[in-house]
Amino acid sequence: MTMAVTKLRVEEKLYQNRYLVDPGRPHIKVRPHERPSANLLALTHICPAKCYELNDKGQVETTSDGCMECGTCRVLCEANGEIVWNYPRGGFGVLFKFG
Amino acid sequence: MIEQEFDAIVVGAGMSGNAAAYTMASQGLTVLQLERGEYPGSKNVQGAIMYADMLEQIIPDFRDDAPLERHLVEQRFWVMDDTSHTGMQYRSDDFNEAKPNRYTIIRAQFDKWFSRKVRQAGATVLCETTVTELVRSASGKVIGVRTDRAGGPIYADVVVLAEGVNGLLGTRAGLRKMPKPESVALAVKEMHFLPDEVIEQRFGLQGDEGCVIEAAGTISRSMAGLAFLYTNKESISLGIGCLVSDFAQTMESPYVLLDNFKNHPSIRPLIAGSEVKEYSAHLIPEGGYKAIPQLFGDGWVAVGDAAQLNNAIHREGSNLAMTSGRIAGEAIIEIKGRNQPMIRRNLALYKTMLDKSFVVKDLMKYKDMPALIHTNSRNFFMTYPQLMSQAAQNFMRVDGTPKIEKEKATTAAFIKARSRWGLISDVVRLALAWR
Ligand SMILES: Cc1cc2nc3c(=O)[nH]c(=O)nc-3n(C[C@H](O)[C@H](O)[C@H](O)COP(=O)(O)OP(=O)(O)OC[C@H]3O[C@@H](n4cnc5c(N)ncnc54)[C@H](O)[C@@H]3O)c2cc1C
Ligand code: SF4
Repeated sequence: MTMAVTKLRVEEKLYQNRYLVDPGRPHIKVRPHERPSANLLALTHICPAKCYELNDKGQVETTSDGCMECGTCRVLCEANGEIVWNYPRGGFGVLFKFG
Repeated sequence: MIEQEFDAIVVGAGMSGNAAAYTMASQGLTVLQLERGEYPGSKNVQGAIMYADMLEQIIPDFRDDAPLERHLVEQRFWVMDDTSHTGMQYRSDDFNEAKPNRYTIIRAQFDKWFSRKVRQAGATVLCETTVTELVRSASGKVIGVRTDRAGGPIYADVVVLAEGVNGLLGTRAGLRKMPKPESVALAVKEMHFLPDEVIEQRFGLQGDEGCVIEAAGTISRSMAGLAFLYTNKESISLGIGCLVSDFAQTMESPYVLLDNFKNHPSIRPLIAGSEVKEYSAHLIPEGGYKAIPQLFGDGWVAVGDAAQLNNAIHREGSNLAMTSGRIAGEAIIEIKGRNQPMIRRNLALYKTMLDKSFVVKDLMKYKDMPALIHTNSRNFFMTYPQLMSQAAQNFMRVDGTPKIEKEKATTAAFIKARSRWGLISDVVRLALAWR
């Protein structure tokens, strides 16, 4: 399966969801790095909202707009300081209709 | 914003927080409950099977107005390989009782209802409010919380941490460690809508009867994982979860696993023609007894998923959450009644009461399962499912081969794949862990 097809699929899935995005206040940040660790790299595959991607310098970047606040990336990459994770401000972020 | 000082602050309006807040408020304590979602349930994900007994102990007449989907009369366990499933099925008309034992629910709706009950019991519930920090006294006792709303800290005698599996507050305050990647599963889920008569026809149900399927096998690509399909009134909840540590190692994408599960020839016809209305993701605590952190301290207790009180083997979490929330509430009421301070020594009552309940007893029973399944995931989730399918197919195909030869071929296949010693040790270890 090609990356393009996979990506399209996730975006289609996320399109079903309701979000209240807090503009200019991303709740997850990736610390600048030269080379990503194995766990950080894994996030480009295993984040269920595909929020993590590699840039052309081989570094991992994040756009947390589609984030479902599951905490997977936090469990893998917060303890060693690779990412900074906070909850969105009250009321913002994903809003499940069914859950 | 709020000047008053409370008997208790409850962080989170999920299953455990609602149980705790309801229990305390209905006994006259002043309770403030804070929830970061726009409404209770807007951040919460569950399969979801809800167990009546545990809710009945909190709200005995819940059946009168709780949003329940279907009561369960049938459960199927499937072991799947890529083209087949070998199944066990249990169905009984006994489950069509006056007060059914298990229901499917939709969390966003259920949590709103539960929260309404909490308000009616007298608690103050504030949504759209993220608690950002615990406030502590010079001696380290938790004395209140800070939120992202304007205004200063809010104080209380005790703070109930019902913040769920990804609880930032407790871990940031150093009250417990962050869950390890091998003790949490990442689950992804979709809601598929279909007319109720189509669901009833496909699963052989009548009226409010429901059926659930839990499936393991090659669908999790040798990771420790489980898939599920639950029937609601007019929708089907369907998803799959695997350990985060396994995801990190295999780099499998959860949405690809979910799509493969949906496209499995045994599942596809059950959801054909459905309209997908939501895609969600959430962690599930799977570490069991050995992962339970410190549950109480000066001025605080932890309940539900925040305390890893979740029985992954039986797919139970909401009932452990509700029960631990209720028990924490009862312990606090008791201490308050004795006019004692909410310090570690007194709050130990919560743990004593919890240890006597099914919550800790059940987790204790399976204390060795998580480690066993984790270290043997390839056998349990890849090799054995494939062997079972081969064995069943070999048995069912009529092709002129004498049955005795078929049996020998099956045994040989098992031994070849896993060695005689490997098989025996897997069985023994599984039996010991299950015991
Ligand atoms: C896919 C899936 C399927 C499941 N299936 C089942 C099942 O079939 N049966 C079953 O019994 N269990 C099931 N579970 C487990 C069950 O969902 C959990 O055990 C249960 O929800 C735990 O309840 P809780 O109150 O501890 O946490 P949650 O329900 O997660 O509630 C935590 C609440 O705290 C809020 N919160 C967190 N931090 C803050 C903060 N700082 N400030 C304000 N609010 C905050 C959150 O928004 C949330 O509302 C399943 C779980 C998943 C993910
Ligand atoms: S919290 Fe979950 S959905 Fe959000 S970025 Fe992290 S892994 Fe992705």
